[in-house]
Amino acid sequence: MFLSNVVASGTPESIGGALLTALLGYVVVFFGLYLLMIVVIILGKIMTAKNAKEAASAPAAPAAAAPAAPAAAPAPGSAGKLKLYDTPDKEAAMIMAIVANQMGRPLNELRFISIKEVK
Amino acid sequence: MDVLGTLLKLWNDSGFSYFFVGDGWKYLVMIVVACVLLYLGIVKQFEPLLLVGIAFGALLTNLPGSSLYTPELWDRFLTGEIGFGTIMHDGGLLDVLYIGVKAGVYPSLIFMGIGAMTDFGPLLSNPKSLLLGAAAQLGVFVAYIAAVILGFTGNQAASIGIIGGADGPTAIFLTTRLAPELLGAIAIAAYSYMALIPLIQPPLMKLCTTKKMRQVKMEQTRVVTKTEKIIFPIVVSIFVILLLPSTAPLIGCLMLGNLWRECGVTERLSDTVQNALMNIVTVFLGISVGATTVASRFLTLDTLKIVALGLVAFGISTVGGLLGGDVMYVLTGGKVNPLIGSAGVSAVPMAARVSQKVGQKENPSNFLLMHAMGPNVAGVIGSAIAAGFLLAVYS
Repeated sequence: MFLSNVVASGTPESIGGALLTALLGYVVVFFGLYLLMIVVIILGKIMTAKNAKEAASAPAAPAAAAPAAPAAAPAPGSAGKLKLYDTPDKEAAMIMAIVANQMGRPLNELRFISIKEVK
Repeated sequence: MDVLGTLLKLWNDSGFSYFFVGDGWKYLVMIVVACVLLYLGIVKQFEPLLLVGIAFGALLTNLPGSSLYTPELWDRFLTGEIGFGTIMHDGGLLDVLYIGVKAGVYPSLIFMGIGAMTDFGPLLSNPKSLLLGAAAQLGVFVAYIAAVILGFTGNQAASIGIIGGADGPTAIFLTTRLAPELLGAIAIAAYSYMALIPLIQPPLMKLCTTKKMRQVKMEQTRVVTKTEKIIFPIVVSIFVILLLPSTAPLIGCLMLGNLWRECGVTERLSDTVQNALMNIVTVFLGISVGATTVASRFLTLDTLKIVALGLVAFGISTVGGLLGGDVMYVLTGGKVNPLIGSAGVSAVPMAARVSQKVGQKENPSNFLLMHAMGPNVAGVIGSAIAAGFLLAVYS
């Protein structure tokens, strides 16, 4: 009923009617995507909680036999050790080369701490 | 043998003779326009996969006497006098191919391919980016109002406005249903402006943000599990189609393509939809959309208005997304770089690449691409919802 005053299919539309339709349309788009956002947030929370629960129930890793030695300081001139998470060496080298190229800086002037694959 | 009479008959039967009768010169103009579009597609590489097909379709349909596309037949179809069967029987090659556009088959299949090519991971890891996809639909509705003010009917104005969604298949889908007489102009405007995004957006991005905002480095988003990626297309289909049933062809196909991609047991189908099917449909879509640019209907003042309104729609959608980004920047205490807002105008992945490029220009260590992909794919859903709303109002 509300829209029946606005709709004039194939016929000229009044400016007032167009304003109302546009406003309503923008609100509907926002409303739809806002509700979808809530659904996605809830889904994310459920998945995060489930993963945390699975991680907690997994058998604890055997305790280290001896306390780990303090990490040695990098040798003079060394850039330290790069930590890779789910990233093959080849891809890491490629990523570092791309980053250096994009930044316009030589690779040996950059220090990479870690590279992690975002799934 | 009457040599002169035979030559005269040959001349009268040829397409050349049409150029000198009545409005025949318009065909010549359209042939030039088609050649310019071919130049833009081939040399300047403006969305070449579609624009070359559209331009060649425009060329073929404006060669008088070819009878490849018959607008009069489609006029009778629109009044309900004839059906698809008569068009199959009496129409030319492009009439037959155009049935796929008119029935909404090609845009939906293109959406299936887009779904199979899209990774919704960035959106799932940062769900707030959905709001940027919504904000960037502002141009759709502003251009719609402007079109009404310029004298277009509600149906036509809705079809023109959707250019602001920066989503070619959605624009074609909505226009074929609401204002098929404008399809050629709207499709050409939509794809041309999509190709011009790297030129249109950067000045607006600088206008709507401060240097400090543009330099914001965004934090790495959380890891999204495979299960979430599988559940997402199912949830979106149920949710969005129930909200706006008229979005079913677009959203349904988009999410089916994505489910094939993510579920991990249909790799063959995902590969086919992404490549072979997408290419085949692109061939048919381009040439049949181009066929609608018949000189007598395309060379009007309305076409110029549509081109101008399309630019307004694109620009304002970009501004809408950026303003949304500004609001998020303020609300999060400077954690969101507002440049990702401009990517809310669909146009995957070009708009996200523009955000990355502009952001990195301000801060070379800035990597916004994955953050911008969230609003970018949200824009696809947002423009489909906007189209669904306009379809619900005017169909």
